[in-house]
Amino acid sequence: MSATDRDHRATGRSTDQATRWAVLSPPTLFLLAFFLAPALIMVLASFQYPGEFGGLAPLTDQGDGKEYGLTLENLAFFFSDWLFAEIFARSFSVAAASTLICLILAYPVAWLIAQSPKRHRDLLVLLVILPFASNFLIRVYAWMIILGPQAALARTINGLLATLGLEPVSLLFSPIAVLVGMVYVHLPFMILPLYTNLEKHDPVLLDAAQDLGANAWQRFWRVTWPLSLPGVFSGAALVFIPVLGMFAIPDLLGGTRDMLIGNLIKDQFLGVRDWPFGAALSIMLTLAVLSLAGLAAWLSKPRRRAT
Amino acid sequence: MPLLEIRRVTRRFGAFEAVKEVSFGVEAGEFFTLLGPSGCGKTTLLRMIAGFDLPDAGQILLDGKDLAHTPAERRPVHTVFQNFALFPHLTVAKNVAFPLRMAGLADAEIRRRTAEALDMVHLGELAEHYPNEISGGQKQRVALARGLVNRPRLLLLDEPLGALDLKLREEMQMELIKLQREVGITFVFVTHAQNEALALSHRIAVMNAGRVVQLDAPSRIYGFPASRFVADFIGNCNLLEAEVRAVEAGRLRLHVAGLGEIVAPAAADIQSGERGLLALRPEQVRIAAEADPGWANRFPGEVRDFLYVGDVTTYQVLLDNGYTLQALMPNAAPGRARFHETGDRVMVGWPAEAGHYVRD
Repeated sequence: MSATDRDHRATGRSTDQATRWAVLSPPTLFLLAFFLAPALIMVLASFQYPGEFGGLAPLTDQGDGKEYGLTLENLAFFFSDWLFAEIFARSFSVAAASTLICLILAYPVAWLIAQSPKRHRDLLVLLVILPFASNFLIRVYAWMIILGPQAALARTINGLLATLGLEPVSLLFSPIAVLVGMVYVHLPFMILPLYTNLEKHDPVLLDAAQDLGANAWQRFWRVTWPLSLPGVFSGAALVFIPVLGMFAIPDLLGGTRDMLIGNLIKDQFLGVRDWPFGAALSIMLTLAVLSLAGLAAWLSKPRRRAT
Repeated sequence: MPLLEIRRVTRRFGAFEAVKEVSFGVEAGEFFTLLGPSGCGKTTLLRMIAGFDLPDAGQILLDGKDLAHTPAERRPVHTVFQNFALFPHLTVAKNVAFPLRMAGLADAEIRRRTAEALDMVHLGELAEHYPNEISGGQKQRVALARGLVNRPRLLLLDEPLGALDLKLREEMQMELIKLQREVGITFVFVTHAQNEALALSHRIAVMNAGRVVQLDAPSRIYGFPASRFVADFIGNCNLLEAEVRAVEAGRLRLHVAGLGEIVAPAAADIQSGERGLLALRPEQVRIAAEADPGWANRFPGEVRDFLYVGDVTTYQVLLDNGYTLQALMPNAAPGRARFHETGDRVMVGWPAEAGHYVRD
């Protein structure tokens, strides 16, 4: 290799590195500023004492005889009462149920959009995201009317129950209403990743499967479904995680016994003004979600069978 | 009774007739090729045999049984697709095992036959790889193994070599011939590459505009094209517009406007006075500095151009009367081939038994 060649290579490498930094810096800075820093602040807050009127107590002694510095009390409190574990468990079940129902409802919709003629697809996708055009709270209030006792739905159901000699039920302020709201609000987040995935499937694979003896169900179960798993996983994540943290829907549609983690955390910050315990709850929630995501990643990792 | 029988099959898409009243039979154990330019209806026909499409008229029979009410998944017919259509989420072994699994065989049987099929195409070592980890030629072999593993009555191959590069394609041609002979399964092969069709097939059906225009053994198709289309589509050909002047014992006297009198071998049922074409293969045309006494037809001309491709050279010779003929000469002379240079005056000629008269 000649000297000029080497020089050229060397400059080439350093420009490569400069390019890499130029490309990677903005997202790195973004993540540092908007994800890591707030997360660390929350971690720190969860080890602090609450301030007198909300907020946090100082880290150093102010000489006013009030609490200061770091403590494990918040975490200790979390683990001291089964109530919190119960709320966590209830929230995870609601999130799991919402995710499952969303998946069952979204899959056929996404599949139909992916199957429809190309020129209609953009319009259909637009229709899926159209609800976002109106305010989230207004849409939830609309459900309060739909599920309310004076609405046709409740009257029909209770009319039927009455003819069967059964007590009337309340649709609103029930776990069912919470589930309906959660599914309604998050359905597009399941449809879109599924559609993006299904739309990319090569139809010749289904021909091949049929050619090799697979009936309609086997074609779905052996080809379409496994190939759509990446879409299923991203859709599930996009529904499961927001549902876990959601407090407005259980507040508006749920009954008093339907408290979820979201409500609990919100109450710590806005109600009882115990920021450190709210922060501790958030951290526990984040850890729970991350370990669940880790488990899912580990389970879905393709493993080669040893031969 | 042929294994596969196509009876007056027609398929329309709107006003367009993709396949028009096509009939032929494929014998058991045969390597049968549907050859034609794109849009000639060969792939439509293949899809109807596979069961992805249904004829508008006519019948497709396998072992004498009409397939009209047998869906694709229940036909004992497998297809090797153009881009192989391997399942990306399954390993090589699971791809090959797929039809066995669909047939509901026991696990042990599936394992045994999958291993056998992979050995047959020399891919045993790649069994646990995924399709995106193997080369194009290997994918081709997986697709073949998958198509053959549960021994279909018929294997359809839809331009399976089209996605491979030239060298690999030639290798795979050899392998296909060997494989078909070993397994004895009937192959119906679809291609637009005439050299592939000539190299591989027992018989070729040449298709054009929805019809089978000639069905014969490769050497007959090449040597005795039945129409201008076949002569032109298969290989290179000099096509001379000719009028039959006289029919003699074993000979035709043709008149080619602008060229003059030509002697050509006789064909059946030719009437004096009719018009047609003389199809003359470039390798039948000789060129030399001096005319050879064996040449019944001879014309002076000038080398206009030549294309040297190693083993042979194709010359374009402009005859003095304005016709351009192609002549193919092997470069087999010891040492170095002797070329005619552009601008050389040469004699062009061919014997009386060369060429083939085609009624137009």
